[in-house]
Amino acid sequence: MRFSTRNYARAAVGLAAGLSLAVGGTALASTHHSIKKGLLVYAIPKDTVNPYEVIADNGIKKALGQLGGKVVVSSGTQDTAAAQQPGIQAAIQAHANAIIIAADDPSALCPQLAQAQAAGIKVISFDSDVTCKNHLFINQANTKQIGASEVDLLGKEIGYKGQIAILSAVSTATNQNAWIKYMKLELKKKKYRGMKLVKIVYGNDDPTTSLTVLQGLLSAYPHLRGIISPTTVGISTAAQYLDTHKSLLKHLTLTGLGLPSQMRKYVLDGTVKEFELWNPANLGYLAGYAAANLASGTPLKAGATFSAGKLGKYKILPPAGGVGLSVVLGPPTVFNKANIRKFNF
Amino acid sequence: MTATDTDATVITPQAPAAREHRLAATIARFRPGVIALVILVIFGLTTIRNANFATGASIQAILSIAAVYMLLAIGEAMVIITRNVDLSIGSTLGLSAFAVGELFTHDPHTSIAVAFLVGIGIGAACGALIGVITTLIRVPSLVVTLAALYVIRGFVNIIGSGIQIEPSVFPQSLVTFGYSTVIGIPWMFLIVVAVALAAAYWMYAYPAGRELYAIGSNPAAAALAGIPTTLRVFTVFVISGALAGLGGVLFDAQVATVNSTAGTGYELIVVTAVVVGGVAIFGGSGSVIGAVLGAILLQVINQALVAARISSFWDQAIAGALLLAAISFDRLLAVRAARALVAEKGVSYVE
Repeated sequence: MRFSTRNYARAAVGLAAGLSLAVGGTALASTHHSIKKGLLVYAIPKDTVNPYEVIADNGIKKALGQLGGKVVVSSGTQDTAAAQQPGIQAAIQAHANAIIIAADDPSALCPQLAQAQAAGIKVISFDSDVTCKNHLFINQANTKQIGASEVDLLGKEIGYKGQIAILSAVSTATNQNAWIKYMKLELKKKKYRGMKLVKIVYGNDDPTTSLTVLQGLLSAYPHLRGIISPTTVGISTAAQYLDTHKSLLKHLTLTGLGLPSQMRKYVLDGTVKEFELWNPANLGYLAGYAAANLASGTPLKAGATFSAGKLGKYKILPPAGGVGLSVVLGPPTVFNKANIRKFNF
Repeated sequence: MTATDTDATVITPQAPAAREHRLAATIARFRPGVIALVILVIFGLTTIRNANFATGASIQAILSIAAVYMLLAIGEAMVIITRNVDLSIGSTLGLSAFAVGELFTHDPHTSIAVAFLVGIGIGAACGALIGVITTLIRVPSLVVTLAALYVIRGFVNIIGSGIQIEPSVFPQSLVTFGYSTVIGIPWMFLIVVAVALAAAYWMYAYPAGRELYAIGSNPAAAALAGIPTTLRVFTVFVISGALAGLGGVLFDAQVATVNSTAGTGYELIVVTAVVVGGVAIFGGSGSVIGAVLGAILLQVINQALVAARISSFWDQAIAGALLLAAISFDRLLAVRAARALVAEKGVSYVE
């Protein structure tokens, strides 16, 4: 990102908005620190080619653009921790102020991130968390809330009755497993006693593998009533299969987490009624503001607040349920026929 | 019996080693039949456990999902038979799939025939480039195609980074084609079977096709015998690339959404299928039909595991075990054949 007068102007507007929110905000102790100029942030997404990751990266760039900082995006083209390590090293060598990472592995990168922290770099994780010490996790949505709302979306559509299954991504993904854990917990509630989770299959975020396991699932459980696919590749592949096999829709319902752009066709033609997602651009934007604030002196402790430009004010939440210090973007958006045309990510 | 006679089948059955050789040769010749039998056994066992596995919809899905791998296996088998290997096919498929998506993005009125031609053309161009480098500069194809795997994928990433081509971009007729059937058989599967039969016939009946085996058995001897090895090897790389390009269009038809990661890792699945299907990894023997059956076998196993309600984590372990079994079996055959030759001709066989 180049510096331009337009960016400075935007930064000024952003700051003004932030300040006004801080002043007119809640009764929380204001810990707002003025943002340092010329911050350098390294963004290390899961990979540099996945559209979802790129949208999130652009959110980070937008935030730092408004704050007069600079973003360098560095990662591999495949989702491996090994491909993320050079980015961390580059950040250390460039004396970056902060690293924003969407981890491909919960713990493999901790030694390198600790090295970065020792060099004075603030570490922020987003999208998929790391288990390392002293970092802030920008949670796309309350993990528990996602798990619960996915089950509820499906339950509503199938009358809270019947066999259900989950079509996930890779079996090691931190975020997928956290959501699935909460889906299972939610299903224990009395309301869902008629729903039975019969199988979790892994499509590895590859369309062909997703199709293979989906088809296996359909023949293994002919009375399956619902599928939750909390991954964009899984839900879009399954939707395409159902779209071309409409007779399945008589008894089978699909929901999950998907990109509106990828799912628009299937929602408009009735293959999928409802699914949900947060806005990945806003997730990156919030991570960008969090990084800039931490690098400018906002303390990394529960209860500290900072303003995130157009998104308003956020508070750092205490560790809970296996997640360390975190900030939650907000409730996810549920997409259906009525609103899907409005979203273009 | 003259010493120049190399046809083992006309030797009268006196030496036990020769009999052993014939048995081994028979099994090798019927390798596709063995694979087909294994497919049927797995299919039967799974159906006993879960009757739904044998329903029309389930079989249709297995055949249409396997179609893309089968297509790639045809080209890969031809390449491996010439003692080469093509690791670039996954990336080539990705480039073709993405380029065709871009084509429809820029001009929604592009005809499907043009889309197929563009896909196949892109694949053939990639194959031609690899063929030229491999044959003229004489670099091992393992290295050339490994490099191509990265270069082509890198190129797809450059043009397609962060772009997701949406389902609405593809014309309805193409997307419907991905799963449409004729008398209950998926169109995609029929196309691939037609390609496989054509390739098998060419390799069986045409001198140029037979020469691929000669090149794979002994490249130097093949060249000395006057076989245009450069042209033949170049041709198989073009065919392999073109089929990967066609695979890209079929991928689009099936999945209806594509980004720059399409086809990542397919090369190793396909090489596994080809070797399991009876093509010797060092060339010279095997068949396209066996390779195609190998691809179906891997797909049936993957789907059977889920359908039989067994953890899908087993699929890679089983694919690996099958590969080992196939290679060990081939090795055993080679050793026995060598022993039989020694007993028969009194010559020592040097490997």
